[in-house]
Amino acid sequence: MIDSLLHALVWILLVGGAAFCVIGAVGMLRLPDFYTRTHAATLPDTLGAGMILLGLMLQSGLNLPLLGEGASLRIGDGNTLVTLKLLTLLLFLLATGPASTHALVKAAYARGIRWNQASPQDDSSDSKHADPD
Amino acid sequence: MYDLPPSPQSLSGKETGPLLIALVVTLSALWLLWSGIYDNTLILGLGACSIAFVVWMTRRMHRVAEAKAGYTLGPRLITYLPWLGWEIVKANFQVARIILDPKLPISPRLIRVPVPQQTDLGRVIYANSITLTPGTVSLDLRGDGLLVHALTHEAAEGVLSGEMERRVNRMERPS
Repeated sequence: MIDSLLHALVWILLVGGAAFCVIGAVGMLRLPDFYTRTHAATLPDTLGAGMILLGLMLQSGLNLPLLGEGASLRIGDGNTLVTLKLLTLLLFLLATGPASTHALVKAAYARGIRWNQASPQDDSSDSKHADPD
Repeated sequence: MYDLPPSPQSLSGKETGPLLIALVVTLSALWLLWSGIYDNTLILGLGACSIAFVVWMTRRMHRVAEAKAGYTLGPRLITYLPWLGWEIVKANFQVARIILDPKLPISPRLIRVPVPQQTDLGRVIYANSITLTPGTVSLDLRGDGLLVHALTHEAAEGVLSGEMERRVNRMERPS
């Protein structure tokens, strides 16, 4: 019973994470300019990878001998070390993702890549260079 | 090439000693945990080389003091990360809805927000949190101002409301 519930949850997380990756890809195609596309690129970075890794963590599970041998707390496959590694992987992704995104947009901004203020249907004349000051 | 300035929290040689030892201990524990191999001389030797290299680089970059900030900040991240995680989840759904909307209702804008954080680490955490939240990307951090590109008016308002700024501040300076 608990096992099938866990499996259902794992599948929901895996499919949900995959869905966010696909939505991010759709956003890359639909959004009008470089800067808005970086917003779409953060979807697979955050909830996409996050849900998939969380699903895998539930699958690999925990095995903590809290009550001594034979009475340990066991969830999923009971592979605690793999779960810890997946958690660290998630933290590394969350720490490095924004660094690379920031490097990209900063380089684009320094090179003076234009951004489009107009609606995506109207990409003719209304684009102007970003100048905050 | 950039010549890295010594960090403002630079410590004298006397104070960095214990920090370097703590760094070596942490790195060794992580290496042993991740590799899970305790009886292979080659793997352990490679681990020792990696640790020596990282410690050498940290000293060379004058970033030993920040290792200290890392150790004191670590526990306080425990309350910040769940809040940030929930904000990221909410923003993910908002951006996904915008992308899938046939009308694509975006209103991109650039805003400048103040960065009151004192330490480099606090500023980096703040700028990274903004980038990590879908709908806002930090463009340029200069002086005490941060240039942020927002996908929608609402996302820009979210940053300007300053809640994230206050939380990072609180984490930086324990009350």
